[in-house]
Parts: sequence; structure tokens; C-alpha cells
Amino acid sequence: MSEAIGQQHPLKIYFWIWGLLFALSAASYATDFLDHGYFRWALILTFMLMKAGFIVAIFMHMKWERVALIWAILGPPAVLLVLIGLMAVEGDYTESTRLDFFSDPIVPAGHAAEH
Amino acid sequence: MAETGTVAAHGSNEPGWQTLVTDWSADKQTFQVPWGKAMMWIFLLSDTFIFTCFLTGYMNVRVSTPVPWPNPSEVFALDVFGGSVPLLLIGIMTFDLITSSGTMALAVNYGYRRDRGRAAALMLITAAIGAIFVGMQAFEWTKLIVEEGIRPWGNPMGASQFGATFFMITGFHGLHVSAGVVYLTIVAMKVLRGDYEKRGYEIVEIVGLYWHFVDLVWVFIFAFFYLW
Repeated sequence: MSEAIGQQHPLKIYFWIWGLLFALSAASYATDFLDHGYFRWALILTFMLMKAGFIVAIFMHMKWERVALIWAILGPPAVLLVLIGLMAVEGDYTESTRLDFFSDPIVPAGHAAEH
Repeated sequence: MAETGTVAAHGSNEPGWQTLVTDWSADKQTFQVPWGKAMMWIFLLSDTFIFTCFLTGYMNVRVSTPVPWPNPSEVFALDVFGGSVPLLLIGIMTFDLITSSGTMALAVNYGYRRDRGRAAALMLITAAIGAIFVGMQAFEWTKLIVEEGIRPWGNPMGASQFGATFFMITGFHGLHVSAGVVYLTIVAMKVLRGDYEKRGYEIVEIVGLYWHFVDLVWVFIFAFFYLW
């Protein structure tokens, strides 16, 4: 009787993904030698999402699961994007109030009267 | 012939939204996977929320402080061969975890082939590589605390929130790796002893899910804490 139960796939795909994850990690590490800026941030996010995607899809076998399980697991984290968005806005606001009220009292004479 | 229809429902990949509707509305078991695997996925989902809250908290304090954030590239540099290499130890730790993910994936495969010797050996190798990761993290923490003077409430390089978020996030991740090493070792010994010969080897895949998740979290920590 052949094994019908469980996630059984050829070893070849694991070795491919393994190699790919190594390459992506090397690429990720290499971004540290770039200057800070949008290009570097875009690369960091791209490599991060690709690595995460391959780990979840292949190593964690999500690619071969049924849609009911995939959406029960991958759907709910979407609400975290709302939290991240809110906290980014909140952080910017906190920084602006700190700059307004707690900044160094030694400011050029011309700017002192602004607040 | 008729049998293939029922077998196909288990772990197969029938595409489409139809299966989502039938699985959730058929007045029966929703997830066509062993219950242990469904529970592990739900645990990992809750863990996703915890780690995201930590990383979001880190983002919030980093955005909100007017004091410059310490440059991770310099903080985590190592002096080797007479020069300073940025993020060297963190890079090695990243490759270490990726390696352990690969050996874990192979262990799952050999488990389902009922090759329990190879499956257990690969799990123990995975645990050993995980233990090395924890060791390197202990080295990293020691260096930061003793040599660089970084504390949860302040540090000499810049924003004082750096230490708090660093120790919180990497500490919680390191705790997960340590727990994973213990979990892997226990299950590997049970696999080796033949405890799962009758029940089947789903347990190896369940342990694997946990271990891959730990690697997954590191991908995000590496990107947002060390590279950003």
C-alpha cells in the first residue's frame, strides 16, 4: 500500500528551496553594505518576503494544504497591518510632540519664539 | 477506485473556493489534517500575533524617539582578521537557522517514509544546530552587556529604547529556539524508540512546523532589527 497520508514530496524540491534560502540570505546580508535609503529598504523587504514565502509555502507545506486551512491561518494576520499602520502614525505623532516640548532648550535665538 | 475519492480529501490540493465552503459548512471536521497539526498551526498563529506586537512596539519606539538610533551594522560588528566585519555573527546565525530548517524538512520527509533512524538522526542534527544558535546568541548578549554596556534602560550609543526592544525581541525568540531544541530532542528519542510505528509520523511534521516558524520569525527580526 502506498502512503496516502501526510505531506510526501520529492526530496529534490527541499534541496532547491534550501539552496534558494541560502542565496536569499546572502543577498539579504549584502544589503547591509548599501547606503540607507528607499532602494535598500525595498531590497530588505523583498528578500524578507521571499524567504518567508518559501518557508511557509514549501517547508511548512502550506502550498499543498486545503484552502480552508490556508485562509484560517494566513487570513487573521492581515488585521495586524491595521495595528502596524496605527502605531506608525502614533509614533510619528509622539516624535513631533517630543520635538515640540522636550527638545534641547539651546536653540538659535530666531527660533526660540516659535513655540 | 471509489477509495481514491475519499483518500484525495486528505492532504490533497484541490484548488478553488468550493473546498473552503464545503469544509467550513459540511457539519463535520473542518480541517482535513490530524488534530495535532491543526492545533500547532493555531498556536503558531497566536505566536505570530505576539511577535508582531513586539516588532510593532519596537517600530513605535524607534519612530517616536528624537534621539538617533544606534547603528546595528556597527553595534553587531565583529573584529576578525584585524578588521571589523558588520553583522558577522548575525549573518552566521541566519545561515545556521536556515541550515537547521533544511535538515528539519528532510526529517519530516524521512518520517513519512517510515525511515525512523534517518528521521531521528536528522531531528537530532537540527536540535544540535539550534543549540549552536542559542550559544551564539549567548555570546552576542554577553558581548553587548559586558563590553558595549548596553542595558534595557540605556546604552552609550544612542536611543535608550534600543536595549529594551533588543533584549525583549531576541530574548523571546531565543526562548523559542531553546524550547524547540528540547521539543525536538524529546520527539527524536521517541521516534528512535519506535513509539510512532502504529500512530504514524505526523508528529515529525508538527515539530517541523514549530521549528520552521522559529526560523520564519528570525527572517523578520533579521530584516527589521538588524538590517533596518
